[in-house]
Amino acid sequence: MKARRVAAVVLRQVYLLRGSMSRILPLFIWVAVDMVLWGFISRYLSTLASPGFDFIPALLGAVLLWDFFGRVMHGVTMAFFEDVWSRNFLNFFATPMRVSEYVTGLVLTSIATSTLGLMAMIVVATGAFGLSFLAYGPLLLPFLLILFMFGIALGILSAAMVLRLGPPAEWFVWPIPGMLSPFVGVFYPLSTLPDWMQVVSRFLPPSYVFESLRAMLEGRPAHLGDLGLGLALAGGYLLLAAWVFTRVYRHAVQSGLLARYSAESVS
Amino acid sequence: MTGFPDVTASHPPLDPGATVLEVCELCRSYGDLQAVDRVSFQVGPREIVGLLGPNGAGKTTTINMVLGVLQPTSGSIHIDGVDLGSRRSQALERTNFAAVYAPLPGNLTVRQNLRIFGMIYGVEGLARRIDEVLEFFDLRTLGDTRCGVLSSGEQTRVSLAKAMLNRPHLLLLDEPTASLDPATARDIRRIIRDFTDQGPGGVLWTSHNMHEVEAVCDRVLFLSRGRILLEGNPRTLPEEHGKESLDDLFVAVAREPLTLEGVVEGVEA
Repeated sequence: MKARRVAAVVLRQVYLLRGSMSRILPLFIWVAVDMVLWGFISRYLSTLASPGFDFIPALLGAVLLWDFFGRVMHGVTMAFFEDVWSRNFLNFFATPMRVSEYVTGLVLTSIATSTLGLMAMIVVATGAFGLSFLAYGPLLLPFLLILFMFGIALGILSAAMVLRLGPPAEWFVWPIPGMLSPFVGVFYPLSTLPDWMQVVSRFLPPSYVFESLRAMLEGRPAHLGDLGLGLALAGGYLLLAAWVFTRVYRHAVQSGLLARYSAESVS
Repeated sequence: MTGFPDVTASHPPLDPGATVLEVCELCRSYGDLQAVDRVSFQVGPREIVGLLGPNGAGKTTTINMVLGVLQPTSGSIHIDGVDLGSRRSQALERTNFAAVYAPLPGNLTVRQNLRIFGMIYGVEGLARRIDEVLEFFDLRTLGDTRCGVLSSGEQTRVSLAKAMLNRPHLLLLDEPTASLDPATARDIRRIIRDFTDQGPGGVLWTSHNMHEVEAVCDRVLFLSRGRILLEGNPRTLPEEHGKESLDDLFVAVAREPLTLEGVVEGVEA
């Protein structure tokens, strides 16, 4: 893997972001709006709850972590879509660049953009609503790591799906975080769900984050084993995503899909 | 456009008698359709080879396979002696391309695009090299302009500037002068001619402009229905096959390939 080629993929995204407010603002605006909305909802619910229970770290904190996951995932897919929209695949893949270098560039781009989004959320959540990350203690690190790894994995899988099915398939990608959220228990304990949904939840790494977060805030011991399982699952999905993308790319080269990709639909 | 940019190789020098491109028994099928059928040819150093044929003959399919974006059904491709199938990245370091259907991303400036592709190709002294190609292709004043707002002629020059960035041993040009005015097309032809005269590189060129092919190419290959029907010097080939001009020969290949195939097979026998 050559660092200079990876840097070229990242630099392309930097140029695109730097030159376009319509690309920069969405990194901050929607997550900031989410923080404001859920900050007020959390504050209101705290007034209804029994004294001593604070919804800010439980609800607003959970929404912040979930938004971070969404930012990470869309950080990968947005960088990929830029090449779809500008019909750049032929230019990129007819060069010495390897698939691993390209995907690494997408991941690094996502790290940068999701970090910006996370900072914006932290500023709003702490500044306006007094959310303190000290409440999560050192467990914040595995929380973020699991969500980050799963977000990257889903981003790469989504990019593979669009590469395989064609540009119109991008519309399957946008709702993925929303479709997963009922299963991972961002807003409620998994025990609330019917059995079949709980089975699905066990295969989704964020479930372990939100269950541990709630347990910790309720004063119960954190489920370190569960967090370890979540981390292992996220790592597994990451490896699976890299394998799937490589397979889809090879199929695109074998079938002629890559050469014809500039067409709007290749299905 | 003045002062041809340095085209001396940044890659290991070519061995005497080596080929920059060797295509051997290349086949590509889509189901029952044989798009490319046992195509073999070579491009030598300082040689411009024209790949000609009617639409759908298999020219772009062949170029896509040489670019590594389409896998052959069978056959082999060696660039500078490096097997594209097993050492794709190393083989493609020595090549570059410009195609009318693959403009550089329109949402970046000319200089930004050149920097990105220069980094991907591992160009040494990239800033200086970008200045060189911008100067040569008369793009200096357009360096900070987004590619998407350039005229088609300017976009072609940008694509060629990108194609020259890494001083390739093999340059693939798919209809590089399509949609250009005659004066710009003439400039482009001169540039490509200078590229082979002054450096070690070879060129594989597709075009539908037979006058251009006659003026530029050292050798031509006529493709029809995925097979090479004719091969030879574009200035003598028409007479050898009883045609007045390369245009007439092209029309014959397009309309009566079987007749010509018989002629060629007869000659070969």
